[in-house]
Amino acid sequence: MTTLQTAGQEAAAKVLEKFTSATRHEFRGESTVTVKLEELRAVMEFCRNVLKLNFLIDVSSVDNMGEEPRFMMVYELAKVDDSVHLRVKAAVAEQQADAGEVPTVSDLWATADWHEREVYDMMGIRFSGHPDLRRILMWEGYPYHPLRKEFPLAGRPSEMPDVAFTGEAPMADGPFVTSAGSTSRVQGEPRAR
Amino acid sequence: MVFSQARVRTRTRFREIVMETSKETSADTSADASGASSFATADAAGAALAHASYDSKIEGNVIFTRVDAAINWMRKNSLWPMPMGLACCAIELMATASSRFDISRFGAEVMRFSPRQSDVMIVAGTVTYKMALAVKRVWDQMPDPKWCIAMGACASSGGMYRSYAVLQGIDNLLPVDVYISGCPPRPEALIEGLMKLQAKIDGEESTRDLKAAAPADSIEA
Repeated sequence: MTTLQTAGQEAAAKVLEKFTSATRHEFRGESTVTVKLEELRAVMEFCRNVLKLNFLIDVSSVDNMGEEPRFMMVYELAKVDDSVHLRVKAAVAEQQADAGEVPTVSDLWATADWHEREVYDMMGIRFSGHPDLRRILMWEGYPYHPLRKEFPLAGRPSEMPDVAFTGEAPMADGPFVTSAGSTSRVQGEPRAR
Repeated sequence: MVFSQARVRTRTRFREIVMETSKETSADTSADASGASSFATADAAGAALAHASYDSKIEGNVIFTRVDAAINWMRKNSLWPMPMGLACCAIELMATASSRFDISRFGAEVMRFSPRQSDVMIVAGTVTYKMALAVKRVWDQMPDPKWCIAMGACASSGGMYRSYAVLQGIDNLLPVDVYISGCPPRPEALIEGLMKLQAKIDGEESTRDLKAAAPADSIEA
């Protein structure tokens, strides 16, 4: 067991000690704590101010369409000296995402500003308290959130005069996808499936 | 139309054209040099008067040609590119411009970063929808005559990006003269495309296009 693993376990244990409803999970030496959305803000403040996790590596989101709650927020926390890694997850229902019930952490880690804008742009999860929640990759006025599962890979037509437009890409029997974990290279090649 | 022979000597098209240098005939042929009639008189008189060029004071430095041929020759050998480098194709474009491949051999080394000074837009890379109207705007700012090379799979068809974010070929927005396959194309392929464009320009009816584009009163002058 490496010191990094141990440090991650210790950090997760401290979170669980303070927030009793949180659950802990370990995979390949990486520690994850899953918390309720209502407690997310308090957990993140605890991680920043008490555990001194001063480096927010990434903020991302997962769409588990068909499940309830639908979305999952994922925060990758660390220290700048790389001595601790901790992942924090919180499930978000669709109506919570639309209503902006996910708290921003951009005041704790400045880098979360753009990460949260990207999550909003691509997945449509709104953040409360964010200083400037605009789209970051697509343009203001684009009507979809492209990384949601119901959005087709080929895209959808849209039109904003003088700003931008989109069309539908010809898939030509695609999408061509690889098969992870297939036994031979040939089977793993991208194919229409 | 009159040109220095030294500048056009290498081109076969011009070699076929008979030079008229004798004092007796130069006055009336130069008066309507651009028409088909000058060819007829030149052909007939050329054989008889060919010796005259040797002792002429102007030593064969006068040549007759068609306006189209002259304009096309000038245009195709000084194509100033607008380098619309948007992705990895731009690296190959830069390689094409540098010493090993040396696009200046084809008169296209003067990369202009102002569209107002450019003749050919080389769209090198993936055109996203967010960038598409900016590319169109740069294209609209280029003065006529102008040409477009779609360099590589992305600019030609969207390439491997069958995606909500990528324009599926720049020809959805502006007219493309030459498509170059490859991902990215090698510099040789870009040079081949440039030569194809030169061949296309060589076949254009430039005077007709100029007259069509110009306002009616400016043709009189």
